[in-house]
Amino acid sequence: MKCDELLQALSDYVDGDVDPAVCDEFEAHLAGCNPCQIVVDNVRKTIALFKAGEPYPLPEEFQRRLHASLRARWQRRFGT
Amino acid sequence: MEGIDSGTSPTDLELLRSARQGRWDAFEALVERFEPRVFRLARRILQHREDAEDATQQTFINVMEHLDQFREEAAVATWILRIATNQALATLRKRRGRGTVPLETHSTPGDDETPMPHPEFIAQWRDDPADLAERSEVKELLGQALSELDEKHRVVFVLRDVEAFSTRETADLLGISESNVKVRLLRARLRLRERLTRTLGDESTRLAPDHDHGTGNRVT
Repeated sequence: MKCDELLQALSDYVDGDVDPAVCDEFEAHLAGCNPCQIVVDNVRKTIALFKAGEPYPLPEEFQRRLHASLRARWQRRFGT
Repeated sequence: MEGIDSGTSPTDLELLRSARQGRWDAFEALVERFEPRVFRLARRILQHREDAEDATQQTFINVMEHLDQFREEAAVATWILRIATNQALATLRKRRGRGTVPLETHSTPGDDETPMPHPEFIAQWRDDPADLAERSEVKELLGQALSELDEKHRVVFVLRDVEAFSTRETADLLGISESNVKVRLLRARLRLRERLTRTLGDESTRLAPDHDHGTGNRVT
């Protein structure tokens, strides 16, 4: 496996969704290739960071408007 | 208040069932439980605060109006996030002013066959994601990096990697094939990796890319 081929299989590898034979080749390449090791590690961290990061908290003022509007609609619909 | 005031937190399904019986407090509790996630999903896909607010509101209106149609075959969370995704996608289409044109139509022909973006800036990150996630400048960087992605790559990344929809579910939501989802996800991940590593990478660990490297040629 070459770096380019590793790149093609990278997503499936990171997702644990790779054929065992390809996985062995992938790991054999990784064991001898520092740049690819780092790229795989970077990709894992990129995904983890986006999962952990919370760049968009719910705006409070919007939350109030949302609830008021949904409540009014609920009352029209269900009368409670 | 059966099922809601019992001391333990009611499940999503219990709230939904109570809401179906006309209970506003149950519906509101469901909204409170999901509104941060729905807003975040819409905000990430749309990259626009007011549009995300509109999509969030419309999502819960749709949930309210289709309470009776929830079949209990999927999780309540999946059902609500699916509605939210469809609403965000509808907003994207509306923004383009093209009514019902599917998202896929806007792809550049052959785009998914373009060469893979190659890693150029290769370096270890200075800090762990859990520590980085707390920092305000990193939060800004994440928003910036997402907004720089093509729409079709961004949507797939948000659905797969942030919201954890499966490849199949993502393909169904977007009306594209599973292999297209995979290709777009890989491109999105590589572009985001490049962008984030340029800021978060430790220059002293930087390695030169070696695109033609094959087995056995150790690069250190």
